[in-house]
Amino acid sequence: MATIPQKKIATGFLDRLTDETWRYKFTRNVLIPWLFILPLLSIHVFVVAIPAVQGIYMSLTDWSGVGRNVEFIGLANYQELLFEDETFGKSLTNNFIWMAFFLTVPFILALFCATLLSQIKRGGMAYRSMLFIPYVLASVVTTAIWRNLLSPRKGIGAAMANLTGIEGFDIAYLGRSETALLSIAFIDNWHFWGFLMILFLAAMQAIPPVLYDAAKIDGANRWQEFRHVTLPGIRPIFLFMFMMVAIWSFLAFDYIWLLTQGGPGGSSEVIATQLYKNAFLRFEGGYGAAQGVVISIFAGFIIMIFVTLRRRGWDI
Amino acid sequence: MTAFGKVSLRGNILQRGRSKERSRLLVFNHAVLLLLTAFAVLPLLILFFNSLKTKAEIGANPLGPPNQIIAENYINAWEQGNFATTMRNSVIYVVVTIAAELVLGGLAAYALARKKPPGSDLLMLYFLVASTIPLWMYIVPLYTQFRIWGLVGEVHGLIIIYIAGNAPLTIFLLRSYMIDLPRELEDAARVDGANELQVLTRIVLPLTKPGFLTVGLVVGLGVWNEFTLALTFIYDPSRAPVTTSFFKFTDRFARDWALTSAGAVIIIFPVMVLFLALQRQFIEGLAEGGIKT
Repeated sequence: MATIPQKKIATGFLDRLTDETWRYKFTRNVLIPWLFILPLLSIHVFVVAIPAVQGIYMSLTDWSGVGRNVEFIGLANYQELLFEDETFGKSLTNNFIWMAFFLTVPFILALFCATLLSQIKRGGMAYRSMLFIPYVLASVVTTAIWRNLLSPRKGIGAAMANLTGIEGFDIAYLGRSETALLSIAFIDNWHFWGFLMILFLAAMQAIPPVLYDAAKIDGANRWQEFRHVTLPGIRPIFLFMFMMVAIWSFLAFDYIWLLTQGGPGGSSEVIATQLYKNAFLRFEGGYGAAQGVVISIFAGFIIMIFVTLRRRGWDI
Repeated sequence: MTAFGKVSLRGNILQRGRSKERSRLLVFNHAVLLLLTAFAVLPLLILFFNSLKTKAEIGANPLGPPNQIIAENYINAWEQGNFATTMRNSVIYVVVTIAAELVLGGLAAYALARKKPPGSDLLMLYFLVASTIPLWMYIVPLYTQFRIWGLVGEVHGLIIIYIAGNAPLTIFLLRSYMIDLPRELEDAARVDGANELQVLTRIVLPLTKPGFLTVGLVVGLGVWNEFTLALTFIYDPSRAPVTTSFFKFTDRFARDWALTSAGAVIIIFPVMVLFLALQRQFIEGLAEGGIKT
C-alpha cells in the first residue's frame, strides 16, 4: 500500500531505470544460471525421473512393453510376485545371500589389508596401484578371466588337484547349483574389494598420527590401537559403504548375467536377472516394472534404516 | 600432516626397542600384502600368458608362461571379434559422453556453485534423491519410451542415457571443485569487462582442470566398461561397444581360450595404459566419484 504513492511520484525516467535494473538482475541472477542448468537437468528428467514415475504406473498394468494393449490391473502383478511366483522367493533369498557375502568378505579383506598397508612407509603406492587394478577392468573381462580359471579341467581347481593329489578341487564351480552363486560373488569381489580397501586406506591415512602415539603411551597393544583409534577414525566411510553395499546387493546383475544368466536351474537367479528376462525376453513389461519397484523399495528401506539411526543420534 | 609425520618418526628413533619390534612386524605386513597383490595381479598375468599360446598349449599348460609366443592370436582376435568396428564404437561412446558431460555438467555446476539461482537447493536435493534411484526402477519404462521416440538401437540414444546416468556425480564433483575457488579472480575478470561465459571459460575452467580430469576419467572408464545398458539398448553388431560384442565373441569361441584371452587383453589395453600413466588421478578420482549407484 505504501509503495503506490511513491510510484506516482517517480518520473518516467526513474521508472524505466528501476525496471531495467530489475530485468538486468533477473537475467543475470536467475535466467542465465537456469539456462546453464537446464540442458543437463532436462536430459536427466527425461531419462531418469519421468520413467521412474512411469515405472510405478506400469507396474499396475499388464502391459507387454510393446503395442497399445494396456490394461490397469491394480496390484495383481505384486500379488503374483509375492504369493504365486516361486522363483521370486528364490531370487530374493539369493539377493540376501549376496548381501551377506558382500557385507562380510570384502569388508574384512579390505579392513585387514588397509590396516597393513597404512603401516608401511615405503612402496605403499606400488601396492596400492596393483591392488586397485582389478577394479578398473570391465566386467566382461573379469568374468572371461575367471570363467577360465574356475573351469574344471584347465583351471586352478585342476592344478590344485594335480598338485595335491586330492580329488574334489576340480569341479565346475560355475556349473553346479551348490557353488554357482558363491563363485560369482567371489569373482565380483575379486574385482570390487580393492576399491573398498582404497577408501578405507584414505580414511586411515587421514587419522592424525598423534592419536596412535597417544595410544602407545597409554600402553595399547596393536589390537587395542586398531579397535580404539583406527576403527573410530574410518567409521563414517565404513558405515556409508556398508549402506551402499547393502543397497547394491539388490541391484546385482552384470556378473551373474555374464557368468550363468541365473542358472543352473535358477540357482544363481536374483531379482534383477529375473526382471531382465521378464521385461526384455518374455515381454512382460508390467511385471518387470513391478520387480523394479520392489528392488527400489528394498533400496529405499535400507536408506531409511540409516536415516533413522542417524536421527536417533548414531554418528553415521 | 607432515608435522605429525615428523613427530612420530622421531618417536620411533627414540624408542629403539620398539622400532626393532616394528620392523619385524612389517615383514608380516609385506608378506601378506605380496600375497594379496598376487591374488589381484596373477589372474591378469595368466590371461596375458594365455593370449600368447596356441590352443593346444593351453590344454597342456593352462596357467604357466608360454613356451612359444604366438602373436597371431591378436590379429585373429582383432579380425574375428570385429574389434576394428567395436573399438571405434566404444571410443565414440566414451568421447562423446565425456565431452557432453563436461560441457553440460560444467555449465550447470558453475551456475550452482556461483550464481545460486532461486531453487538451487531444491535442485541439489533432486539430484541427491535421483542418484539413489536404481537403474532397475526406470529401465523398463525408459526402454518403452525410447522405443516410441525411435532411440532404441541408436548410438545417440545410448549416449543420452550415459549422460543422464552420470549427471548427478558430475554436478556434485564439479560443483565442489568450483566452490573451493577464490571468488576474487572471477570478480577481477568481470571488472575487466568479461561476460559470464568468458568468466567460466577463461578463469574457472583453467583453475578447475583437475576436477574435469577426474570426472572425465570416472565417466570415461564407466562408459568403456559398461555392459547392462549397452546389452539392453543396442542390438546392431555394427553399433555395439567392445563389451557386449566381446561377450558374444566369448560365447562363440568359448573353447578357444587363446583367442578370447587376446580379445580381453585388447579391451583392457587402453585402460591399463591410461591407468599406469595417471594412477593417482584414477585412484583418487574413483575413490571420490566411484561411490555411486
